[in-house]
Amino acid sequence: MLTEPRKSLGERAPAEAAAISVENLSRRFGKLEAVKGVSFAVHPGEIFGFLGPNGAGKSTTISMLTTLLTPSGGRAEVAGHDVVRERNQVRQAIGIIFQEQALDLRLSALDNLWLHAILYGVPTARAAQRIEQGLRAVDLWDRRKEPVSRYSGGMKRRLEMARGLIHTPQVLFLDEPTVGLDPQSRYAMWDYIQRLRQEFGLTIFMTTHYMDEAEACDRIAIMDKGSVIALDSPAALKASLGGDVISLKTEHNGLALAELRERFGLEAKLAEDQLRLEVKDGGELLPRLLRELQVKILRVSLNQPTLDDVFVSLTGREMRDEGPADPRAMWMRRGR
Amino acid sequence: MSEARAIYAIWLRDIKRLWLDRARILIGLLQPALYLFVLGSGLGSVTRIAGGKGDYIQFIFPGVIGLTVLFTAVFSAVSIVFDREFGFLKEVLVAPVSRRAIAIGKSLSGSTQATVQGILILIFAPLAGVHFGFGELLGLIVIMALTGFAMTSFGVLFAARFRSTEAFPIVINGILLPLFFLSGALYPVTNLPVWLTPFVHIDPLTYGIDAMRGAALPKGLEVGPGVFVPAHVYPIWLSVAVIVAFGLVMVWLAVWQFSRAE
Repeated sequence: MLTEPRKSLGERAPAEAAAISVENLSRRFGKLEAVKGVSFAVHPGEIFGFLGPNGAGKSTTISMLTTLLTPSGGRAEVAGHDVVRERNQVRQAIGIIFQEQALDLRLSALDNLWLHAILYGVPTARAAQRIEQGLRAVDLWDRRKEPVSRYSGGMKRRLEMARGLIHTPQVLFLDEPTVGLDPQSRYAMWDYIQRLRQEFGLTIFMTTHYMDEAEACDRIAIMDKGSVIALDSPAALKASLGGDVISLKTEHNGLALAELRERFGLEAKLAEDQLRLEVKDGGELLPRLLRELQVKILRVSLNQPTLDDVFVSLTGREMRDEGPADPRAMWMRRGR
Repeated sequence: MSEARAIYAIWLRDIKRLWLDRARILIGLLQPALYLFVLGSGLGSVTRIAGGKGDYIQFIFPGVIGLTVLFTAVFSAVSIVFDREFGFLKEVLVAPVSRRAIAIGKSLSGSTQATVQGILILIFAPLAGVHFGFGELLGLIVIMALTGFAMTSFGVLFAARFRSTEAFPIVINGILLPLFFLSGALYPVTNLPVWLTPFVHIDPLTYGIDAMRGAALPKGLEVGPGVFVPAHVYPIWLSVAVIVAFGLVMVWLAVWQFSRAE
């Protein structure tokens, strides 16, 4: 399943068309270049994750792929249709679960699903069948007649999942699908996503800034400041770091950095107030460091690399010290 | 076909919400009742219409229907702004339907809601001394629907631009109240001061209300025992033509504005 990052579209075998193919896609807002010419392809049946801090361009990219935003440059195809010239075909072929809920809260779950079926032109008999199946699958059938405003955050999200599938899309877009959900709901959500892929071969494109969610994807693209800076399977990305990650907190990180370079021949990275070392065999190196390093060590940890480490290694920053989120989005989330 | 089903979906959603809000519809009758019976009686004691004899409550009855149609229509249009703020609009915008269908569906649902609310006002007709036959009733409903359509489209034109509900005072003070006060709902549009006359004549609601007056008061206003003068100023066909033309231009502009926002 692994492919080279940024492999140009022309080189791929034409046998199986990509579910999503993006070439040099960009979007600017005035002077700000939110997405800077990204290229990637998503295979049919794949769970593809977009990982990056807030403001990296994930949502802008997803808006372009779902036809809500016109690209400034480049092109993108979803389910074989151009996102600009064949908007309606793309819309018919995709399901979307937005970061902010997009339900009519006054209406019942049933009404919400029926409106969706009409909007997407699903024939009545088939719609009735799929609505029941969908509501049962997300465990909301018993509460189908209640106004959605009485639902919890997790229930609303599940309802949106069911809704997004009523018209049997080929590609499902999930923009931060588990933000604001409790761990149990997140787990159930993931379970459902996996099942959809297995049962229907649905292609899933999701954005997230949760590491554990990214781990569950087949492949992830790490996005930072409008560019895709890495694209591979989570395992391959982590393997690219070499083996283990040692984090050190010392009395003088600057001196320690120099000492590590001169005496051990190791290139450490300073992130926050810690030094990070990517090494082959951390278990062997660590006792040596503790014995021989002149600078006093205050804290030490040895870990298998995580995707967070991959991000730090690529950008020199922690993913979690993201800038402030869009204040309006925060407000909306609290209001839910 | 996809156009028709999208228009239907947009319309159906608003009608379902209207049904859920039926308690509020009844509360919505309070304002027209205040206009009719409090303002109407109060001003009626000092105001005589049509040569000094006509009954004021009879006269403003069609104006109050016009008021109700106007407010219901424009508020239903600005619900687009709520939908934008609370998310639902995205569900519609990402569906395989044209922006045109969304705007038209909204105009039709606003027209329906305005007509329903307008018809409810008719229960006050006997109390207001307004009597008309079945044919006039049908005529009134058609005029309400056409006026509602035009005013909703006018509202959609603005709602397509607004990003937040903070703009609502502008809608109410800058659009709704001038349209209402200039419409001749509360006073006859003949013999007005020269500076006021042109404003009254370019207000499309003037024609809607004038046509409603013609339909609701088929005999006119009674100025003496058995003596009637027409309550309306323009031929009904002309007023209807103005409303239809205004409605078509507005819905066209609303569609254009809504599609452009993409």
